[in-house]
Amino acid sequence: MPGIALFLVLALTAVAGYLMGRQRAVAVSGGDNRVLHSNMPFHGANVGLSAFLAGLVVFLGFVILRAVTGMADPGNILAAIVTLGAAVAVGLFSFSRISRDFRARNVTEQMIKGVLIAAASIAILTTVGIVLSMLFETINFFSQYPITAFFFGTTWAPRFQGGSDLGMLPLLWGTLYVSFIALAFAVPIGLFAAIFLAEYANSRVRSIAKPLLEVLAGIPTIVYGLFALITVGPILRDYFAQPMGLGESGSSVMTAGLVMGVMLIPFVSSLSDDIINAVPQAMRDGSYAIGATKSETIKQVVIPAALPGIVGAILLAASRAIGETMIVVLGAGAAAKMSLNPFEAMTTVTVKIVSQLTGDTDFAAPETLVAFALGITLFVITLGLNVLALYIVRRYREQYE
Amino acid sequence: MTDATAPDLPMDLPGRGKSLYDETDRTRRRNAAERRFRVYGLIAISIGIASLIALLVSILGNGLPAFKQTYIVMDVTLSEDVLDKEGNRNRDDIAKVMTFGYAPLIRAAAQDLVRNLETGADTDVAGLTDAMIGDMISREAPGQLRRFVLANPDLIGTTQSFEFLANGRIDGYFKGRVTMESAAIDGNVTPEQLLAADKLEASGALVTRFNWQFLTAPDASDQRPEAAGLGVAILGSVYMMLVVLVLALPIGVSASIYLEEFAPKNRITDIIEVNISNLAAVPSIVFGILGLAVFINYAHLPQSAPIVGGLVLTLMTLPTIIISTRAALKSVPPSIKDAALGVGASKMQTVFHHVLPLAMPGILTGAILGLAQALGETAPLLLIGMVAFVRDYPGVPPEGFFDPSTALPVQVYNWTQRSDPAFFERASGAIIVLLVFLVVMNLVAIILRRRFERRW
Repeated sequence: MPGIALFLVLALTAVAGYLMGRQRAVAVSGGDNRVLHSNMPFHGANVGLSAFLAGLVVFLGFVILRAVTGMADPGNILAAIVTLGAAVAVGLFSFSRISRDFRARNVTEQMIKGVLIAAASIAILTTVGIVLSMLFETINFFSQYPITAFFFGTTWAPRFQGGSDLGMLPLLWGTLYVSFIALAFAVPIGLFAAIFLAEYANSRVRSIAKPLLEVLAGIPTIVYGLFALITVGPILRDYFAQPMGLGESGSSVMTAGLVMGVMLIPFVSSLSDDIINAVPQAMRDGSYAIGATKSETIKQVVIPAALPGIVGAILLAASRAIGETMIVVLGAGAAAKMSLNPFEAMTTVTVKIVSQLTGDTDFAAPETLVAFALGITLFVITLGLNVLALYIVRRYREQYE
Repeated sequence: MTDATAPDLPMDLPGRGKSLYDETDRTRRRNAAERRFRVYGLIAISIGIASLIALLVSILGNGLPAFKQTYIVMDVTLSEDVLDKEGNRNRDDIAKVMTFGYAPLIRAAAQDLVRNLETGADTDVAGLTDAMIGDMISREAPGQLRRFVLANPDLIGTTQSFEFLANGRIDGYFKGRVTMESAAIDGNVTPEQLLAADKLEASGALVTRFNWQFLTAPDASDQRPEAAGLGVAILGSVYMMLVVLVLALPIGVSASIYLEEFAPKNRITDIIEVNISNLAAVPSIVFGILGLAVFINYAHLPQSAPIVGGLVLTLMTLPTIIISTRAALKSVPPSIKDAALGVGASKMQTVFHHVLPLAMPGILTGAILGLAQALGETAPLLLIGMVAFVRDYPGVPPEGFFDPSTALPVQVYNWTQRSDPAFFERASGAIIVLLVFLVVMNLVAIILRRRFERRW
């Protein structure tokens, strides 16, 4: 990629600018640092940095221009000359400003601050990028497919030749069903584990059990997906679904739900643990003083006090469950169905995003574009849950601080 | 305050014992409830830890056999009539013979090996056809032989000893995946072949040993699970991690320094902060959609390239790195900043000369944990085309960043989608490799924290 070579040349130009600026500052001051407003390295840094930033801005301009128009490769000769020209021109301008009274330090620091601000705004740009990239394609999708049929349609049957039914409800049902099972498994276990760790366990048990649970949180979701596919799925099928006559499929809502539940245990337990520990000891002591046992104190004092935080933690876990992809891709199946039987294969929003966007895709067809509409729906749901959860947790924390 | 003494209470009230040492029914119930509650907690912890153990046992049990492979050692006559009809040892002429031409040589060699064995054995394997013997060798073998001949043209005409991969089913037999019963109903392997394999093993021609190719070889097609390796995937993952490290660490640290040390408390700063905490919780697949729309459809970067994967993972790990870096910056005591400012350093000098170096161990720990998270991420990579079947190693960076590649977790997904159960073993083996990488990264993070972190 010639762009990278250009980048290296730009960096070399900047280094040369630094050395020249520094040399010039030495010459202007006659080698005496005290007559300068700023230290000599600052004069050099000012020249080098301004040249580098000017080149970088022009270079990024070319990159964006190429992306928008599909022409003017940033690696071509013209772009290289303009980029380096801008760098040299700005560098020379900075070089010409070097004098005894020139506030090189202040100028350099302002430039660095500008770079820091640019870095911080990448977070904003990412969000804007996420929303815009999905919004445009979603609008495109809704111009080809009726919006009510998407949100309220009960059949999902994409066809290559067109005339597909792209109703979201079966996918949403699968998503919510899997998430429900996962939470039904993870919330009691996570909560009891947190209570045990916070209130009962001595420091030795705590120092072993807590990291072990947290290991579960560090395991990539593809590992859980494989676990669902090759271990949990067959076990559930052979020992539960088939004997009870409920289904023949290894991938099912139950498989994905249980494995996702395991993934969520550390999530629920560590958040709840923090929240339970934040309940002031004085409240517990008050309860003990009037004769309550430990479990009565927990049930009637600690949990009610920590409830908002725990609800927040559960909402965060729910948002994780709804957005989880690999476990459901490998564990839940691909059939879009609305059934109550947990041992049947069903599918989720994330599974369909993956299947509609991998392989041969045609970005004019509604069958592909529907993935963006699904994506933005997922984004809005999880964002809503997160905002709500963070709001609740934050309000709760303030209560005791 | 009162001087009144307690009135004489009747001592035989229901539910009240004679002494506090006597347990009443009610106390007993309450104590039982207390014990039950405690047991619930223990059960919950045990379920969590048992799940972890089950997960690890399942992955290790399924995956460890992938590191062993069955090979068959045999002598192959490199017949001049087949390989070099011109007889001039010209490399270009030899290269005209495709793998198709090499296959009969191997089949003949395998038949020789097995038939010679049989004559000496007490029981002949009845019904073992020549075709069956040929199918015991991996379909990868002709390619291996051809590469050898092209590298050593002067050995044509001689007989050389080779070690070929055994067919995936034969390999599975020695790992317990294939049994006589399953072979009887399997169209791809026959019990006769397994009997012959047993004999080969007894004679020492069939060996099972550590499989370096699993770590270095590229992926192989659906028909030859025994040859599939992780080479391209590991290289692709390493390239992506390089991109993430080079981009996410400087950007994340810069953003954190601004937000923690310079940002004025105003609405815009608030928006950025809320934004970052929300980005950290956005489902990873949404970042995949972003990558597809922006980097591939809009900026026309190549599909399946590590650079695109690296960019997407960078955006995904940035919030994690920013959050941990801010915590590290926050933990540097204000007295150090005050001291620097007091002797006349500018705010910028204070941060870069004093705060940042002191926060560095914490920052690096956070960065490594962010990288570990990025390494295991699969869903966004599926959307930017990294599921493609790639057999060529990506080139040397920086050009290599733009070559098609795959990644460790995606390779796992890829293998689970194949029909041959031998690929499940490979997938579990790949997970073990992935977990080893993760354990090493986490250990480095822990050591960094233990070794360098200061408590103020």
